[in-house]
Amino acid sequence: MSEIIDARGMACPQPVLMTKKTLEGMPEGSFTVVVDSAISKDNVVRFATSQGCETRVEEKGNEFHIEVIKGGAGGGSAEVEEEASSSNITVYIHTDRMGQGDDALGRILIKGFIKTIKDVDPKPRRMIFVNSGIFLTTEGSEVIDALKELEEMGIEILSCGTCLDFFNRKDKLEVGLASNMFDITSALMQADKVVIP
Amino acid sequence: MCGLTFPADENVLVGLNEPDDAGVYQITDDVALIQTVDFFTPIVDDPYEFGRIAVANALSDVYAMGGRPVTAMNLVAFPLKDMELSVLRRILEGGLDKMREAGVSLVGGHSVEDKELKYGLSVTGLVHPRKILTKKGFRAGDRLVLTKPLGTGIINTAIKAGMASPEIIERVTKMMAMLNRGAAEVMKRFRVHACTDVTGFGLLGHLCEMVVDSGLGVRLFADAIPIYPEARDYAGMGLVPAGTYNNRTFREAFVDFDPKIDTITRDILFDAQTSGGLVIVVDPADAETLVAALKAEGIEDAAVIGEVVTDPADKIVVE
Repeated sequence: MSEIIDARGMACPQPVLMTKKTLEGMPEGSFTVVVDSAISKDNVVRFATSQGCETRVEEKGNEFHIEVIKGGAGGGSAEVEEEASSSNITVYIHTDRMGQGDDALGRILIKGFIKTIKDVDPKPRRMIFVNSGIFLTTEGSEVIDALKELEEMGIEILSCGTCLDFFNRKDKLEVGLASNMFDITSALMQADKVVIP
Repeated sequence: MCGLTFPADENVLVGLNEPDDAGVYQITDDVALIQTVDFFTPIVDDPYEFGRIAVANALSDVYAMGGRPVTAMNLVAFPLKDMELSVLRRILEGGLDKMREAGVSLVGGHSVEDKELKYGLSVTGLVHPRKILTKKGFRAGDRLVLTKPLGTGIINTAIKAGMASPEIIERVTKMMAMLNRGAAEVMKRFRVHACTDVTGFGLLGHLCEMVVDSGLGVRLFADAIPIYPEARDYAGMGLVPAGTYNNRTFREAFVDFDPKIDTITRDILFDAQTSGGLVIVVDPADAETLVAALKAEGIEDAAVIGEVVTDPADKIVVE
């Protein structure tokens, strides 16, 4: 019998926080969250899904029993399993250059790095662009096509939303999604390996 | 409150028979009183900011009626046993600063001891009886202009959960503390037919109040509606307040969503707002110049978000 989280009678966002805490303390496996409102059920399912988990909901009288399955161990969909079996490497690009020394050289090198990823194994699961790194995912970048190709291969491309805002490039994002510090921090913490070019 | 009858003499211009943002009572041919009250539990951690937001929120109803707030009274519930009195002092300081900014005189108040902290105001404003802006009186073809982004309910839930970023906390706090006075002053220069402010029922809830029994409908352009991008992130993570779900359950039957509108956008359009913006219903010929004038006044998120239509009547269509 898996762990049971009793979130009955709790107001939002408490059930989500309890789910989050349990998920964070568990590398993989499953547990059940019990709630007594449809609102809490929807929120917990949403949260678990946003964290890449599978959910199964059972209605028992006035209660909802939500089984949260982490890491594809409980028979997730083929797509999830495939993703889980591949690497959990995050590439963290925090500048528009590679290495220190000459900036012009650095800009050429980072382009080369991004264009080479498709040819190496293992491939990263995610690429995160922060600070001036977001110039690589926005209008005027010479690696948009290369990044789009990586995205099609299933690699998640995330750009820091605050950074897009800061550089006034929110509407100029051309590949991947704008993200937030919570998702970025979680991705960095959960990664088996973080690669900083 | 079905089944109750409300006392009202012939000078009540806007009362509970047709509930609006505030009540209006005629004094002379040229002067009518606007009265409203609002208070709530803290939505941000900083007591000074909470005071500013509570006052901006309470005054908003007067602006939405086309009036000018003149006096206010504090309403305070405070847990004396569990909280330092200095917290209350900071809340009141924030409130007073906001009242000063609005040119409102504080003339009294009342406080009680309570388990949970609450703060707000009872507000009295003035308006010319022929210049009252209600939720009715709009015409087919009118455009709807919204003056603040949506998503504060969801973001406030993320703040409670400790999952909101400092950047969005700062932005949303600033926006919730922003008076609707600037927008209200600008709109007086244009042919405005109706107005309301977006608060607890969410944008769609308040628009439902407008269209019900009006014989007209509203068409919203989802892509044009200003939304805090972070609200989308947090809604996707299940940080949606109960009030927002309740708004949806209560009003869903009045709204037709284009299938391309995703669940998260639907939630945000129903999201219960704190100190939200005004929805200004304006003559179509004035809509773009109104938005430009609002932006010039520093109300940068102002946008035309929809139009009044004859078909479907008494409904809202989101495209």
